[in-house]
Amino acid sequence: MTAWQRSSTSNGNPAPVLSVRNLEVRYFTRAGTVQAVRDVSFDLRPGESIALIGESGCGKTTLGLALLRLLPKGARIVDGEIRYRRRDGQVIDVLQLDQEEIRRFRWQECAMVFQGALNALNPVLRIWDQMLDTARAHAALSRDEVRERSERLLRMVQLEPERVLNAYPHELSGGMRQRVMIAMSLLLDPQIIIYDEPTTALDILTQRAIIEVLRSLREQLDFSMLFISHDLPLAAELADRVATMYAGKIIEVGDVREIFYNPRHPYTLGLIKAVPPIVGELYDISSIPGTPPNLIEPPPGCSFHPRCPYARERCAREMPPLYEVGALHTSACHYWQEVKLERQVVETGD
Amino acid sequence: MAQTARPGKLELAPPGLGQRLATAVKVFFRLLGHSKAGFLGFLGVLFFVVLALAGPIIVPDAGRPDMTKIYQPPSLEHPLGTDYEGRDVLKQMLRGGRAIIVVAVLAATLSTLISITFGALAAYAGGWPDSIIMMLTDVVLTIPQFPLLVVLSAFVKLDRPWLLATLIALLSWPTLLRAVRAQVLSLKEREYVEAARALDLGIPRILFGEILPNMASYIVMSFTIGMTAAIYAQVALYFLGLAPLAGENWGIMLNLAWVRGAIFYKDSLMYILAPVLAISLLQLAMVTMSRSLEGVFNPRLRES
Amino acid sequence: MTEPLIALDHVSMVFRTRRGGVRAMDDVSLSLEAGEVLCLVGESGSGKTTTGKIVAGLLKPTSGSVRFRGQDIWQMDKAQFKAYRRAVQIVHQDPYASLNPIHTVFTILAAPLQRHGMVRSRAEAVRRVVELLETVDLTPPESFLFKYPHQLSGGQRQRVSIARALTVNPELIVADEATSMVDVSIRVSLLNTLQRLRDELGVGFLFITHDLAIAKYFAWHGRIAVMYLGRVVEFSPTPALINDPQHPYTRALLAAIPEPDPDLTRRKGKLQLRSLDIPSLLHIPPGCSFHPRCPLFEAGLCDVQRPDLVPIDEKRLVACHVVARERTGTIAKHMASPVGISSNPMIGADRGEYGKESS
Repeated sequence: MTAWQRSSTSNGNPAPVLSVRNLEVRYFTRAGTVQAVRDVSFDLRPGESIALIGESGCGKTTLGLALLRLLPKGARIVDGEIRYRRRDGQVIDVLQLDQEEIRRFRWQECAMVFQGALNALNPVLRIWDQMLDTARAHAALSRDEVRERSERLLRMVQLEPERVLNAYPHELSGGMRQRVMIAMSLLLDPQIIIYDEPTTALDILTQRAIIEVLRSLREQLDFSMLFISHDLPLAAELADRVATMYAGKIIEVGDVREIFYNPRHPYTLGLIKAVPPIVGELYDISSIPGTPPNLIEPPPGCSFHPRCPYARERCAREMPPLYEVGALHTSACHYWQEVKLERQVVETGD
Repeated sequence: MAQTARPGKLELAPPGLGQRLATAVKVFFRLLGHSKAGFLGFLGVLFFVVLALAGPIIVPDAGRPDMTKIYQPPSLEHPLGTDYEGRDVLKQMLRGGRAIIVVAVLAATLSTLISITFGALAAYAGGWPDSIIMMLTDVVLTIPQFPLLVVLSAFVKLDRPWLLATLIALLSWPTLLRAVRAQVLSLKEREYVEAARALDLGIPRILFGEILPNMASYIVMSFTIGMTAAIYAQVALYFLGLAPLAGENWGIMLNLAWVRGAIFYKDSLMYILAPVLAISLLQLAMVTMSRSLEGVFNPRLRES
Repeated sequence: MTEPLIALDHVSMVFRTRRGGVRAMDDVSLSLEAGEVLCLVGESGSGKTTTGKIVAGLLKPTSGSVRFRGQDIWQMDKAQFKAYRRAVQIVHQDPYASLNPIHTVFTILAAPLQRHGMVRSRAEAVRRVVELLETVDLTPPESFLFKYPHQLSGGQRQRVSIARALTVNPELIVADEATSMVDVSIRVSLLNTLQRLRDELGVGFLFITHDLAIAKYFAWHGRIAVMYLGRVVEFSPTPALINDPQHPYTRALLAAIPEPDPDLTRRKGKLQLRSLDIPSLLHIPPGCSFHPRCPLFEAGLCDVQRPDLVPIDEKRLVACHVVARERTGTIAKHMASPVGISSNPMIGADRGEYGKESS
């Protein structure tokens, strides 16, 4: 039995509910093989919320899909392990599940709300019918059970069940549809929910409502959350831990406060410095020059080094491993000790 | 904070016309290479076009009637057998494509021109030009096309190719026009068109430089559909005897074969099947080829 | 007093749809000086994009006037309108839709140059295009000349869009969410390019965005106008608006934006809005359109009388009865305009000319 299969690890932390090791996902295209996810490892503990932050093309959505084996045709998990611990303690290997088992795994153990979920609802079915269909597709529940759960969950997301269950999707606003999707994801009481860009394309005030809804759900229910986003401030709101992804690899992981106040990877630092804070004075913000590398033939060494202000010739040769830079804080940078967050106030207000 | 591009050959002179044509031809063949169906389609079209144009030259005449050789089965001397008058079917097939294809091309060109001009105009101008054109289109559209064709053929002697082509074109433009108009309406709202308006590039430049080129593959498809429709219309007219049965073409062959009972004899099956197969294969080839050609016009599809 | 570069005077825009009239803009008055930066901030349905198109002359308003240097653009003759068209250009949001996929970068940029006779030969066109590419930081420019849009990244495409706008030497660029669809790490560099254009070429900007944080950064020395359901609800110089927002909607927006700072952002209180529903533009609430959600709502006032955009001090205007009453003693209703001063409340606002009239 490996260390993490025991019911608690040596420092007393509960065993992870999801454990990913050395995951490798590739897309096979005519132009070549794209290494979308490279050697990704991380743990998700019960009740924890992890933000997977990265920009377009970094592989975060692919990773999310891979966890549920929902990759499109042409993409394959070529290496790695995904282990999942059920509520009863039994550990299963997600990559070895057969069709029937994976169907029960999805939604019952692990649910996913995709990007653009506002439009994931079937426009010709009422919300109640979709709830019922979804529940029945992945588990055997009676109508009454589904009804009771739907009503309870809809109330938890600040929606009126009577009004919403009978409505068609187009009768609800974008924010309402997103909340319906969130409620639907919790229908079968999964241990893990993966949200891909939960607040993109929503108005600011609606975003805030969703953030509050997600927070209150986490307080009331017992589930772990993995949310995928390019929006760093969202991670500041909702995450316990943050993992930044670049060019298919996780390059920094840590507690949310560690990441924001003490980032140890130049890319994370760059991302933080590129987002202007809203209140208070005008801080300097800067962009990261250059573009992400081509993932068909990634160059050796650190993928970020062509754009990195701290880069030296070692970075072009040697791919940095995830160094331990603090308590439960790792960073894939040879020169992490030099990385420091400093903010300059450019101007104060009137 | 300079943005750097991939380092490449620096050229300061834009590609000239010759260079652009060369690129187009290269892309054409590469695209066809990608899609086996498309390539086969291309070969098929090439084959039939050459056949149509060269046939009547290679085979100056179909031979004389020879009553001793009626409905002979396929043999070395007559690979497709003979017809009801003893003439060689193969020779007739070789000679029979030209008229059909020429009329189809004429008809498709005419209807495509009409539908593009008035469809784009209606969509871009809006207002009353649009209303008038659409009204006209709807009126023509509601008239059952084939019966009208039949009726008109009674009044007009369809002995000239362009007459037949015009008639067919006059009845097929409405569908194409509505499709073109819908496309232009949607493209009109594109952001690069709006930018072109803000830059005051002028309506001709916007229509012909920005909008229509984005529809090029669409137009080619419309042309192809126009051709297939025209071929069917012709064949139907000949088959029903509404177009004069002078000369030889596949349609006339069908008519004569049918009327003369070719389907009742095992030996004469090729006489009636040959034109049917030729027409069907030509249609198939055209459609398959045009689908895979979208990339010639859309650079975005070239790279994948 | 010189005329502002662009002035919208009580402009309304109603779109006729099958389900009724959609009032995208309702009695909007704005003005922009040459070389100024004005940010229009609002959520979807606020009318900010429509306003941008009206300023760029791409839409004709249903009522009200759009003036370019004092002249109504829809009454101009051809030559004047041409000059106006060239003076105001637009950069769109979607880098994947704003460039024609079948044209190369060179064709896209040379077309307006050739059309307006700004270059006389192909060689000259190439030179000028190279110059433009350098201005927008696309270097080395020669390597971009004959590329197609799909061969460029999102940020590069936006730069080509900006270069395209610059071809005709505009005085004002309407940037409609020009940085929203670009990655965060590139956004700032695009903004810096735009700021540089303002500093070096004196180009003014009407910067439309839903992101107040970006508006704060870009327009720190300019002004922000906050729009809600087709009306301007607050209009202030940026530092004042960010540090001391007056209108309840502005306050709600500022409170709702997540900060890249965990301690700070988690201390933000819950939204105090009375309702989470956003009204549809087909059924705009009577009186103040924000009243169903407003924490300062007063029955009998806010659902009956529509507040006008009135000054509450020398440089700031707010459309809220409660705030206006607190700050000036009267609710937000226009006073009769004194002779000689335009009824457009925005003109002269920053010069404090209204300071004399407020009671």
